[in-house]
Amino acid sequence: MEAFEFAQPTSAREAVKLLAAKPESSEVLAGGSDVLARMKDSISTPTRLVSLHNARDLRGIEYRSGQGLRIGAMVTLEELGANAEVKRHYPGLVQAAENAGSPQIRNVGTVGGNLCQRPRCWYYRAGFGLLAMQDGKSLVPNGENRYHAIFGNSGPAYFVAPSNLAPMLIALGAKVRLVGPQGSRELPPEKFFVTPHAEGEREHDLKPTEIITEVMVPPAQGPNAYYEVRQKAQFDWPLATAGVVLRMSGRTISSARVVLGQVAPIPWASPEAEQALAGKTVSEEVADSAGLAAVQKATPLSHNEYKVTLARVAVKRAVLRAAQA
Amino acid sequence: MATACKYEWPEASERKLIGKRISRIDGPAKASGRAKYTYDTNPPGLLQGKVLRSPHAHARITSVDTSEAQNLPGVRAIRVVQPVGTEIQWEGDEIVAIAADTEEIAEDAARKVKVVYEVLPPFVVDKDIEVAREAKRAKPTTDETTGDVEKAFQSPDVVISEGFYGTSVICHCCLESHGQVTHFMDDQHLKVWQSTQAVSVNPNQYAQVLGLKAPDVEILCQNMGGGFGSKFQVDRWGIECARLSKDAGGKPVKIMLERAAELEVAGTRPSLYGKIRVAASKDGTLVGWQSEAWGTGGVAGAGVPPLPYVFTGIPNQKKHYEAVSTNTGGARAWRAPNHPQAAVLTMGALDDLAAKLNMDPIEFLTKNIGLAPEPLQRIYRDELPKAAELAEWKKYWHPRGLGGSGPVKRGLGVSLHTWGGRGHNSNCNVTIHPDGSVEVALGSQDLGVGTRTVIAIVAAETLGLPVEAITVNIGDSHLPYSGASGGSTTVGGVSSSTRRGSVDARDALFAAVAPSLGASADQLEASDGHICVKSDPSKSLTWKQACAKLGAKPIQTAGKNPGECNLTSSGVGGVQIADVSVDTETGIIKMNRMTAVQDCGLVMDLKTAESQVYGAMIMGITYSLFEEKVVDAQTGRTLNPNMEFYRLAGYGDIPEMVVHMMTGPGYDERGPVGLAEPPTVSPGAAISNAVANAIGVRVSTLPLTPDKVLAALSGKGVTA
Repeated sequence: MEAFEFAQPTSAREAVKLLAAKPESSEVLAGGSDVLARMKDSISTPTRLVSLHNARDLRGIEYRSGQGLRIGAMVTLEELGANAEVKRHYPGLVQAAENAGSPQIRNVGTVGGNLCQRPRCWYYRAGFGLLAMQDGKSLVPNGENRYHAIFGNSGPAYFVAPSNLAPMLIALGAKVRLVGPQGSRELPPEKFFVTPHAEGEREHDLKPTEIITEVMVPPAQGPNAYYEVRQKAQFDWPLATAGVVLRMSGRTISSARVVLGQVAPIPWASPEAEQALAGKTVSEEVADSAGLAAVQKATPLSHNEYKVTLARVAVKRAVLRAAQA
Repeated sequence: MATACKYEWPEASERKLIGKRISRIDGPAKASGRAKYTYDTNPPGLLQGKVLRSPHAHARITSVDTSEAQNLPGVRAIRVVQPVGTEIQWEGDEIVAIAADTEEIAEDAARKVKVVYEVLPPFVVDKDIEVAREAKRAKPTTDETTGDVEKAFQSPDVVISEGFYGTSVICHCCLESHGQVTHFMDDQHLKVWQSTQAVSVNPNQYAQVLGLKAPDVEILCQNMGGGFGSKFQVDRWGIECARLSKDAGGKPVKIMLERAAELEVAGTRPSLYGKIRVAASKDGTLVGWQSEAWGTGGVAGAGVPPLPYVFTGIPNQKKHYEAVSTNTGGARAWRAPNHPQAAVLTMGALDDLAAKLNMDPIEFLTKNIGLAPEPLQRIYRDELPKAAELAEWKKYWHPRGLGGSGPVKRGLGVSLHTWGGRGHNSNCNVTIHPDGSVEVALGSQDLGVGTRTVIAIVAAETLGLPVEAITVNIGDSHLPYSGASGGSTTVGGVSSSTRRGSVDARDALFAAVAPSLGASADQLEASDGHICVKSDPSKSLTWKQACAKLGAKPIQTAGKNPGECNLTSSGVGGVQIADVSVDTETGIIKMNRMTAVQDCGLVMDLKTAESQVYGAMIMGITYSLFEEKVVDAQTGRTLNPNMEFYRLAGYGDIPEMVVHMMTGPGYDERGPVGLAEPPTVSPGAAISNAVANAIGVRVSTLPLTPDKVLAALSGKGVTA
């Protein structure tokens, strides 16, 4: 790890100021489980690390009926998963938080950090850059791409967005508040995640001087659930995930939101699956047809066709889980 | 064993400690963190060492410039490990070693070293033999034929099964990484705290390379966090660590490998892939074996696996093996070298043949057990029914593919294994002090398995004392030579030397106190903390009273193995049954239960013996389901040199485990035989067979990851 300055502001505003002074070489420290590992591996070499630990205004979870949920960016995954109101109204969000990492990681990992963490692509982590380039060519298509994207992978980005929370937050219609030197702005998470097209571009619409301060989730439109396919029982990156919200009219699904995770450089919304669910009564067959619709346009790479199957199953099981909720 | 021998193991009726369930004597020290490991060793003035490693798997060093690093304040010594012109053959190979005041300075210095490489194309493909042959990286090392193979396979009366089987290159994943602290006490004397499996052996290696005398090198290792075969030798980073100490004016230097280096350079288990054809007559009698197999353990290739495994007596065999040379970190002994891989190929092929014959695999293996080496046949005949009973085979086994109607299918699989495990050469000193304390001292090491405890049990049993009465001193090369801990030879070796030394010490004590008990030495016995006359137990001395009669002179005896009377033997057998559930929609395997029935001759400590088997099965589950060193063919880089994508099982992945140790007549009289390796052999084959039983098709290679399970289910599984 290279030497760096360590700043500990006590508010979001102060944090932004500290970032603005060195915009090109600062990084934000939230839980640290990602940034510190990147620094140790020389994947990131900030000269200033701005810790958000003492910024009290970034903490807290509030729920107001009619308005929904406000989650401070520094709320830990553990706090989110254990919150009674979140459990009552957003079981899908609890399922997403509870499945992330290990207890140790959930105790330090934050909601903001979960959205901003960098991809786990092993070429990126080996130092080949976010787009895994060598001699002007991506190493992924002809390489070890078993964990890479099956959607949105026409290149040069092949990694998958790693956030556990993002698919569920998008399905719930959440918004992310960003604060920078020019003030604050709100973005739906589907706009926050972007696919980079050249080395140096980021996978988030987040300026170097901005931080996430909070996430706002509107009242749930109906039963919601999240399903994660991963090989190990705990502490493992998922192979495919799905977040589902069903808006019900009696026993009929009037409309649905379906968002997949770990399948594309961004969380992958599936209007096809949503269409397959609209107007239907939930059954095993209907859920499976939604899964099938979700993956029909998948474009697997040389070693990840199995992820198409897993994405389909994740959608199916998330729909069934939501219907049981 | 001759009955007259005074050293022989006590009869079952006389054993008060041997074979009982006894907790480790160093358990509290480990659980409380008081036990010190190499990593915890911080002598005053300690410098931290770092190794700059090659980022390329295949390259030639063009230039090395250390001048900028040298000038960094706090840097105390820099050594160029491999000179300009050297052809590097694997990623992570050592280039420059640095000692500095802190780890951070050493790392900063490593970043300031400028190395220029001429990058050469790496070759890392091992699964596809055609690619390796084309690249001239495959070297045939075995071509053997016995009997008339053509005729055996052409007979119209045989059923033939053909398949492709294999298992990836994996690592040892010792929780404590490789490393040492080296300290030149003066120009001629080197002290090394090393995480090692070979305390007594290593002084010589250091001495030879560094121009010292072996007695002037002291190796110390009180506790270690696993070796599994990867920590015998003195590594290049160990030698460089010592040289750094010398260059830094005799300050101690510590180099412990980072996890990435541990996975890149500190040893692998070779892969093994093979096309197997196996034939049996319609009644299930094996009549022929053909194998075309290959594997890699790095540049040097890999050792020849023992194929066919266990069923060595199959008539009509044709075997071909090629060692594939790849630009990857080299292989080291990995718990039962070559056996787990050979089991996957053999037991998988036999299981597929049994399915083709519509036979229950246990019935099939039992029918052919006469093809195993003779001493093992009886053991397997005992063990197979016991394992079947404990695993509830009759209840849960079913013909292949009938694993249930839902998406989750359950299945059972079985495998057999064997290992040698005769006790190694061992010397010890047993001292009975006048104050009553007893010390057993030997240059052995406890890899974390309970060696200390076994030594204490044997001495205590022999002297009629409780386990706590024995002080065990190991982990120092200045103590009497005792063999390296490898090949499951330690318990047989150290318990035999301790037994001989303790019997002699006991007899010397008898001789010293006999006059005061009014008896001759051969009329005495040591039991329950007393020395008494066998025929009249009222004539007795407490242990302390007896020892006080020694005056100022302790008794010290030397125990040896081998020695008079054969106390240890070789050749154990074991059976394991895996019980799995497979989610056929996701390809994810969940272990329901692992059952092990294991023989190791005379069990010294039932508790640590069972622990060995539990640990072996956990390691086995891990390599069966998760482990694979993923190397990128384009760059030669290891893509998962971490605990994130080099997966190990967690608690949630470990099922109920049932362990049954074979004991009693037919087992005990063979004396202690090694146990560390054998139970690690079968899990791969047993789990693979259980998955085939559950889903009706073979997943051809380990690890059994969801992609492969789904491919097998969709008929795309065979990639040979």
